Amino acid sequence: MVIELKDVEHLAGLARIEVSDTEKELLRHDLEGILEYVSQIKKVEGEQEEQVEQVELRNVMREDSEPHKAGIFTEDILKQAPRRDGNRISVKKIM
Amino acid sequence: MDIKNLKIKQAHDLLINKKMSVLELAEAVLKVAEETGDLNAYLEIFDDVRTQAEVAQKMIDSGNATMLTGIPLAMKDNILIKGKIASASSRMLENYVATYDAFVTKKLRDAGAIFIGRTNMDEFAMGGSTENSVFGATKNPHSKNRVPGGSSGGSASALASGSALGALGTDTGGSIRQPASFCGVVGLKPTYGSVSRSGLIAMASSLDQAGPFAKTVEDAEIIFNCIKGNDPMDSTSYPENLSNKIFSKPKIIGVPTEFVHAKGVDPRVLKNFEESIESMKKAGYEIKEISLPALSLGLSVYYILMPAEVSSNLARLDGVRYGYHSDGANLLEDYMKSRGEGFGREVRRRILLGTYVLSSGYYDAYYSRACEVREVLKKDLEKAFEGVDIIATPTTPTPAFKIGEKSGDPLQMYLADIFTVPVNIAGLPAISIPSGFVEEDGSKLPLGIQFIAPHFGETGLFETGKAFEKARGFTIIS
Repeated sequence: MVIELKDVEHLAGLARIEVSDTEKELLRHDLEGILEYVSQIKKVEGEQEEQVEQVELRNVMREDSEPHKAGIFTEDILKQAPRRDGNRISVKKIM
Repeated sequence: MDIKNLKIKQAHDLLINKKMSVLELAEAVLKVAEETGDLNAYLEIFDDVRTQAEVAQKMIDSGNATMLTGIPLAMKDNILIKGKIASASSRMLENYVATYDAFVTKKLRDAGAIFIGRTNMDEFAMGGSTENSVFGATKNPHSKNRVPGGSSGGSASALASGSALGALGTDTGGSIRQPASFCGVVGLKPTYGSVSRSGLIAMASSLDQAGPFAKTVEDAEIIFNCIKGNDPMDSTSYPENLSNKIFSKPKIIGVPTEFVHAKGVDPRVLKNFEESIESMKKAGYEIKEISLPALSLGLSVYYILMPAEVSSNLARLDGVRYGYHSDGANLLEDYMKSRGEGFGREVRRRILLGTYVLSSGYYDAYYSRACEVREVLKKDLEKAFEGVDIIATPTTPTPAFKIGEKSGDPLQMYLADIFTVPVNIAGLPAISIPSGFVEEDGSKLPLGIQFIAPHFGETGLFETGKAFEKARGFTIIS
């Protein structure tokens, strides 16, 4: 399993994480080592292989009912936002 | 009063019989916390302990006390307490104030427990040593140049040093049991779905579970009985009728000898484990050899599924709605900088790893494959429980290691979880109980034994655990 610096850069971009140049090489080295270790799951065979099957996962939904009183959490939650504009969270222009 | 040896039941009796007030008990614990401040177990001692004590005292005086009323507890810093900071030991949430109580917090609060403070941990619960904290490493009270284990190392260290009568932690791959073993206390990872995850800062949602640290199995049982229960706010929480399944009293203990003798397991750990098994035999348990080859795949499955879930869960931390914010030229740069600066090295590493195993072209080979092997592991364990009531392993392959010893090598650090990880993958309950000591550099370093039960088999763990405490023939808290 070979991981190159450009792979690390691509992953960091996907994950929206700025990574310094010195750390890129460290991450490359670590990811390569960890991926090599976990690749042993590809070698499951024999009797175990027969047991392999996909399980179906299902969502458990809660009834959308009994709403709390409007506004009781607003101030607590907005207080945590780095930037706000009145009762809204403020972000930079996207378009 | 010997606060370090005081058990919950004893403290309860003292409070009920008015031999001691809630405030006196809380102050005694706070004094120990102050004296042992160099351990760096607590990130914050709460300033409202006295107010909490008054509430609890009123419950006692009016005859409404529960077993936990007035009992001082430590809370891991990833469990929300309304109005308090919950930082997950990360720069990202350094100033984040919880806007609601976690389910477990509410349960304990309703029971009248006292929250002494919030404890240090590996950042976002990622690590096995409590060294990955932006607030510095926590020390092991048994030997201060050693780690307390992790990720719930602050809770384990606080309890072992006497600055709480019990503590809560969270366990995704061993984060309660491994530090419990390193610090010489009891740690329980409950059945997945038996304790609500609502209000825990998520790491890997299919593996995370909150649970107690305690001085004895009985104390762990008291805390577990308080925090368990169905919660509509957690869709993976089990209905009560399912979790109240009745098991017969455990009689047969299975030992996966081949797995236990894995590479890298300290011979002193193996010797102690064999002695523990021998003492259970003498106590009347039948010991049965079992073969569980799939267990050795546990760590590989874990280091695919866990980072995958981490990368998804931590995507919510974007520097926009709450948490650390760093300003860039545009919104994309805001994200990149906020997340790059807000997350520590291990967290960044796991998010990138998770992004990799989920990315197009690798998903089938890694994530999908790991999900399949997870089922193999679950089935193997299910089959094993047809022939035995409890499975026993050592909790950790070594005693507590030195601070800094493994921090440069992530794989070495991950291997410390080899015995605990398969339990989370299968969603089973397991308990770590102190089983002895090894002498090293003039310190007595604790070891632990892990008992694993079938789903919802906590009662069996408590019965077996109490029998082990009796058979062990020595007290750990000295």
